Formats: sequence, C-alpha cells, structure tokens
Amino acid sequence: MMISKPRTSISKRGSIIHSPYFVYVLIAPLFLVLLAYVVYPLFQTFIQSIQVEDHVSLQNYSRFFSLEHTANLEALWTSIYISILSVITCAIVGVAMAFLLERYEFPGRKILAVLVLVPMALPPLVGVLSFTFLYGESGIIPRALKELLHLDQVPFSLKGIWGVLVVHTFTMYTYFYMTASSAIRGLDPSLEEAAASLGAGRLYIWRRIILPMLTPALVASSLLVFMIAMASYTAPLIFGIERTMTMQIYLSRTNGNLDMAAVQSTILSVVSILFLLVMRWYQGLRNYQNMSKGISVHRTEVKSALGKYVAMFLSIIGVIVLLLPIFVLLLISLSTDGTWTTQILPPEYTLKHYVKLFTDSKTWRPIANSFKMSFVATIGNVIFGVAAAYAMVRLKFKGKTLLDVLIMLPWALPGTVVAVNLIAAFSEPTVFSFNQVLIGSFWILPLAYFVRHLPLVFRSTSATLIQMDASVEEAARNLGASWWYSFRRVVFPMALSGILAGTLLAFVQGIGEFVSSILLFTAKSTPLSVEIFQRMYSFEFGTACAYGVLQITLIIIVLFISRKITGDSTAV
Amino acid sequence: MIEVMLDHVSKQFGDVKGVTDVNIRIQPGEFFTFLGPSGCGKTTTLRMIAGFYYPSEGRIVFGNQDVTTLPPNKRNTGMVFQNYALFPHMTVFENIAFGLQVRKVPKSEIVQRVERAQKQVHLEGYGSRRIDQLSGGQQQRVALARALVIEPQILLLDEPLSNLDAKLREETRIEIKRLQLELGITTIYVTHDQAEAMAMSDRIMVMQGGVVQQIGSPEEIYNRPVNPFVASFIGESNLWEGTVERIEGNEAIVRFAPGLSLRGLIANASPDCKLEAGKNVSVSIRPESVREALPGEPKDNVVNGNVVISEFTGVSVNYVSQVAGQQLKAMFVNQGHRVRGRGEEISLFIPKESIYFLG
Repeated sequence: MMISKPRTSISKRGSIIHSPYFVYVLIAPLFLVLLAYVVYPLFQTFIQSIQVEDHVSLQNYSRFFSLEHTANLEALWTSIYISILSVITCAIVGVAMAFLLERYEFPGRKILAVLVLVPMALPPLVGVLSFTFLYGESGIIPRALKELLHLDQVPFSLKGIWGVLVVHTFTMYTYFYMTASSAIRGLDPSLEEAAASLGAGRLYIWRRIILPMLTPALVASSLLVFMIAMASYTAPLIFGIERTMTMQIYLSRTNGNLDMAAVQSTILSVVSILFLLVMRWYQGLRNYQNMSKGISVHRTEVKSALGKYVAMFLSIIGVIVLLLPIFVLLLISLSTDGTWTTQILPPEYTLKHYVKLFTDSKTWRPIANSFKMSFVATIGNVIFGVAAAYAMVRLKFKGKTLLDVLIMLPWALPGTVVAVNLIAAFSEPTVFSFNQVLIGSFWILPLAYFVRHLPLVFRSTSATLIQMDASVEEAARNLGASWWYSFRRVVFPMALSGILAGTLLAFVQGIGEFVSSILLFTAKSTPLSVEIFQRMYSFEFGTACAYGVLQITLIIIVLFISRKITGDSTAV
Repeated sequence: MIEVMLDHVSKQFGDVKGVTDVNIRIQPGEFFTFLGPSGCGKTTTLRMIAGFYYPSEGRIVFGNQDVTTLPPNKRNTGMVFQNYALFPHMTVFENIAFGLQVRKVPKSEIVQRVERAQKQVHLEGYGSRRIDQLSGGQQQRVALARALVIEPQILLLDEPLSNLDAKLREETRIEIKRLQLELGITTIYVTHDQAEAMAMSDRIMVMQGGVVQQIGSPEEIYNRPVNPFVASFIGESNLWEGTVERIEGNEAIVRFAPGLSLRGLIANASPDCKLEAGKNVSVSIRPESVREALPGEPKDNVVNGNVVISEFTGVSVNYVSQVAGQQLKAMFVNQGHRVRGRGEEISLFIPKESIYFLG
C-alpha cells in the first residue's frame, strides 16, 4: 500500500490527541481549580489547627476535647442532638405529608400539594426572621393569644433549642417530602395488591412491603438532613444558641481565636466528609426503585362526612402555616420603621421601603453588590460545572471518583467552614490568588459563592448529559463535525435546560448567601443578606423585610422558570 | 464507490477481547453484512470502521487511504444508528442539513440537496417537523436521509430496522436495498436477524465471540456452513453427531444410533472435514429437505419414527419426530396433505444430497 502524504500528517496528530494520556491534559484544569480553592484552603485550615508557634502540636485539639472547659464538647454534642432531633421531626412531617398527598384524595389536596414546597422559597436568614416575627417572644401569634385570652404573659413563644428545631423542621422537611413522595410514586400499587391477595393485612403490608421499599429514600434523606442541620448556622444565631459547632466557629473567629476556629472547622469538616462518603456509598447500593414505570397511583378518597371536614380543617391549617411566614414578611415590609412596639400588628403602613429599595443609593447598593458578586461567581460555576459534567459523563479517565468527591465536597462542607478555610488560605498572597491577599478584597465573596455553589451547575448539567444518548454526539461526529462543532451545535443545546436550571439556582443562591458572607464580607461590598441582618439589629424591620420579599420573589421566579425548562425537555 | 479493507484488525477492551483478527476486503458497491448474536463483535467492528474505536492491532483502509487512526469526522462515512440518534432540538430539515453545514456547503445548495434527500426517503414536506412529531418509521428515514445527503463513501447501518414493527421492517428493508442499488454505495450492514441478512446482502460475515466464522454469499452460508454454529445460526438445522461406518465410492455411510445410518455425498462437506471410516462427524440436515417417504421408494435414507410435536402454520407443516433416539425436525410445504397428530407414526426420507458434513 502506498503511503500518501496526508496520511502521515494525520496519524501524527492522531497520535497526540488519541494518546491515552491526552484526556488528562483536558481534566487537569478541573483538578487544578479544585486543588486551589477547595483542597488547599481545607489543608491550610488543618495546618493552622495543628500549628502552635511554628511547631506541630495537638495542643489545640486537646483543648477542644478538654473535660475542664467543656464549651466545645457541649457544642459538638448540642449540634449532634439538634441534628438527630431535626432528622426525626423532618421525617415525621415529610413522610406523613408525602403519604397524605400521594395516597389520599381530600378537599384541599391540590392547593396543599403546591404549597408544600413553599419552605424551599425561604432563604435561611429571612425564614428564621419571619419565624421570630410570628412565634417569637414578641411575635404576632403569642401576643394575639395573650390579648385574646386576657393573659398576663404570652402563652408560648419560640426560643432556644425548640425554636431552632421548629425552624429546622419547617425548612428541611421538604427533603424528606421530595424523596418520599417520589419513592411512593415509584411504588407499584400491584405489589400491595399482590401482598393483599396473598392474605397480608394492612399493617403487615406496611411492615413488610412499603417500609422496606421506602428505606433507601428515608436513609438518604436522613443523612442529608443530618448534614444540613449540622451545618445550620442562621437558626442558632437568631435564637441565641451559642453552643453549636457553627456558632463556636463564628465566635472563635470574631474573638480573634483563629487556632481554635481552625480546630473546630477541621472537626466539623471531618464529620461532614464522613457523611458525604457514607451517602455516596449508600446511594451506590440502592437500586430497586422505579422498576416499573408509568404507574398511575390510585388515591384513596376520604368519603365520610366527618373525615371530609377534618381533612378540610387540617388542610386550611396547613395552608395557613405554610403561607404565614411569607405573609408576615410582606406585612412587615409595608410597615413604617420604628412604629411597631407592643401592638399585635404593626400600626402604620407605607410603600416607602420598596420605593427606597431601588431609588436610595444606600439601600440599593447591597442589592447591586450581591447581584454583581453572584454574577461573577456564577460565570465561574457555569464554565467549571459544564466542563466537569462533560468530563464525568463522557470521558474515561482514572481518578473519576476522586473528581466526583472533590466537586461534592464544598456542598457537604458547612458555609462557616468554607469561610474559615478561605480565611486560612487567602489571608496572604498565594499562587492561587495571583499573589493577592483576597481577604478584605472584593474577590473573596465571589470566590466563596463559587466554591459553595460549585456542585449546582455540575449536578444539573450532568443529569441532562446522562439522559442524552452518546450516539447522538457520535452521529454528529460521523457527519463530519469536529469535537468543538458538535459540542456547540449538539451537546450544548441539548444540555441547555440543565445548564440553565443549575445556573439560575447558583445565581439566586449567591444572592441570598448569608452563612459565609457574614464571616467574609467587607464594608465596601456588603451583600444583601448581611445588610438584612444589620438592618434587623438596628430595628429597621421594614427595610429588612422588603429585602427579604425581593429575595423570595427572585427565588420563586427561578424555581418557576427552571421547572418550566426542565419540564419541557423531559417531554421531548 | 470505494473498497474497504480490514487488515488483521483486533480490538481489546482492557482484558476483554472485543474482536480478534478480522481480515476482510469489501468490494466497491458491495452490500456487506456483519451477522451474529449480540456480543459477537459485529458492532465493535462497525464502530472501528466509523472511527469511534481505534483498533488495538491491524489497519483499516478505505480505497488507498489508511484510516486506522483517522478521527470519525474525517472519514466521510454515513452512519445510521440503531436508535437513529437524531438531534432532538432540531427540525427534520436541520437534522438532514447538519452534515452539509459542517462541510460549509452554500445555503442554496443545502436547500436543494436536503429536498432531494427528503424525496429519496419519501419525506417531502416534513422539513419543518420536530423529531418528536414523527413516527418510528419516519425517524428511521430521516436518519437514512441524514446519512445519505453528505454523499458518503461508505454507508454504515447499525441494526437500523430493529426498532420497527414487523411489517414496517420489511418495507424499510426493501427501501434501503433499493436506495443502495440506486446509489451504488458501498454498504456495511450490522444485524442479528439472519433472514434480514440473507434477503439483503451480497456477502455475509458470520461472527461469534469476536471471531469471524464464515464469509460468503447468502447461498454459500446457508448451503455450505463451515461449522455447527453457522449451520444452526442461519436458518434451522438438525445437527446430528455420528460415526463414519464406511466409505463407498463417492458416498459415506454414517451411523448415528443403533439402526439409524444415513448415506451422504463425500463432496458435500465443509472444507476442513476429512471423512474416514471410524471417525466421528457432525452432520447438518435442513428441515425443508426432509420429505415424506412414499411407498415403493428405495429403503435407503428412510427413517421411521413418531411425531412428538406437530405445528400447522398455514404455509407449512412442521414436525418434530423421535427417530431411533434422535430428534428430527422436518418442514413440509402445505400442499393439502393430511396433518399428522402427536404420537402418530411417520416415515421420512432424507435425500443424500441434503446431508452436509461439518467435520
């Protein structure tokens, strides 16, 4: 066979691109980013925790575990038991809601089914604030009851650990609700029918069929809620529970006790990483869901008159409880600052706060800051997330599991820990920050948002990429398209719905981010959430709530849009 | 029209052998089929020709160009995928035009050529439809038009009919064959359906476990299979094991069981089958070559047995009979004779020309 000229040149280029090591050139930047902004800061914190005056020592750790000054151990214990209690209460509420809404037909079911996800639209800080307005010591409901029943004191109020727990339940039961309701929808009713035909009674079916089938969903959500509750910072802050891990970190940091903050962060990181690994391992095990698809769930109708009234009454209560936090924010956002003292409801109303939001440069600045910083962070998230998702789904290389774990790591780390890590890493010039000190500069918050929301774009993009058949990309290549052409014309447009959903979510989360912002913000670029916090403490409730309503509106718009676009794409 | 040559091509996936030493030369304009059960390596071979895999060993040559490591987008092959792999976010027109846009064909020419392609596959006026508004058969034709419009050197078809229902499959089969003859394009077709392969191909390559078993025309493969696998995979066959009793001139007498010996032609044997007295041999007998024995015919190669299964299909009557401890499948074209029931005695004649020695 004659060797023609183009052939040699082609095979040469082919040999570089098709070398089995070429893929590592492609994924190296991904690992580099993770190394610089996730691993290195984590490592720096660890170093700081074991370094006492230039030598390695476990002295800080022995102080943490000291039995004489038990503040830290108490905090660890409090965090753990609040988390366990949160898992239990969330499981009860979430699973009960899921069963009620998926299995029964009763008056008010439809509206409840829509509103059950309302807590997702509440940013953490704003949610806690509305709870204190509603049920706190000087909250609307306790005061109203006091007036109504002519009591000397308020009959109840949310405070302390119970307050934290109620807020956790309200904001976190949705995790249980979502996984449980999709698991129940995936339960083939014919399984229960089969069990019944074999002579099993109701309780027996529950014990032997339904619960075992739901176990994977319940375990997964338990792990998730436990992690989120451990990371919870806002609720303990507002309800004044200082002895939790996140609060201890915050206090050590604000008191300038950086070594202790590093120890506390490291310990919390270890717990979080352990949970992440357990979750990954457990999700690899579960595989018996949705074996048969397209089953229509038959709902049991509540028929008796009494049952109907009870159901209706409970639905109304449910709707009120779910909507009250948002209504209260709306109400207070319309009240004149400084006029609401001992009355049940604010006495004077005005639209001034909303007008000021967009006209007064002082109130507008935090909004602009948050938009700007979240925008910068989101651009980074999109570039990184799409590239990482493509690599994970389509490329073959060693170290895939490592990449996956590293990407999910920032999601598992509490925001407080992320902040402490960044402080440890970027308080001095490093290669990764181009020889700049990032702490105290504009760039630290966009970086924190980038790290915290790293997994969002990645996850939604890889979800759509997995659904996309690899042969579609091959078809494009076969028709003569270069890799880049087929990525641009085929892969990207097909994954667009997922990319967009993740991007919007990352953006809106960036705007509402509070936990690491409070530790990292600079006066020059105060973000929205920190501003809300500060306004609250200077009793400018109206402005604070107007900000909150703005955030909720944004979140609802984003949830609506992403449901729309991802819904359309699955219909194809 | 171009020749395709696979020169001792092998493919390993880690420790797993995908394909071992495939060595073929596909003639310009030929309709060539890779046939075999799933996992036999046929799709792997096709994907190496398309460029989605690179061979671990050997060369792939189109005409006089070595394409062994050429990326898929430089090969100018048109491929139809099993699931069609249409771009769901594009219309029918955009799907078909995609390959032409990649090649920077002027707009006016694209319109012209896409319309011609739509006409070829009978999809005129469907240009602005979305993919999810098409039926399975229409999607199949879009995939075909998309592959053909770029005027590829080679057409690659990966089980293109497997997602269609039986009737549509037959129609589309004829349609593909018509287009192939019209365009005279070298075509490689992958299927596990032997009837499809027989009906369409100029030549067939039968594969099993990553190894080529036989290459030949449908007739050769059917009538002269080289081994028991090919004999049983292509069509139906009675595979019997026996011992050569003696050789008489150009005939061999083989004993299968006490009281069951058959006479066959020595020439009727696969190339590597040597017949000697005392040697064990396997034999293939096609059910349709078995006849009912008529009274007064010579007694040679007549066997008597009982019907175990009797199927009336309309076109034919199929029997499975128990003959001296062996099962014999027989198929009679329905000519109105009496259908025998289970347990009835039956006398069957196996012509010596229809006995094929596999070695």
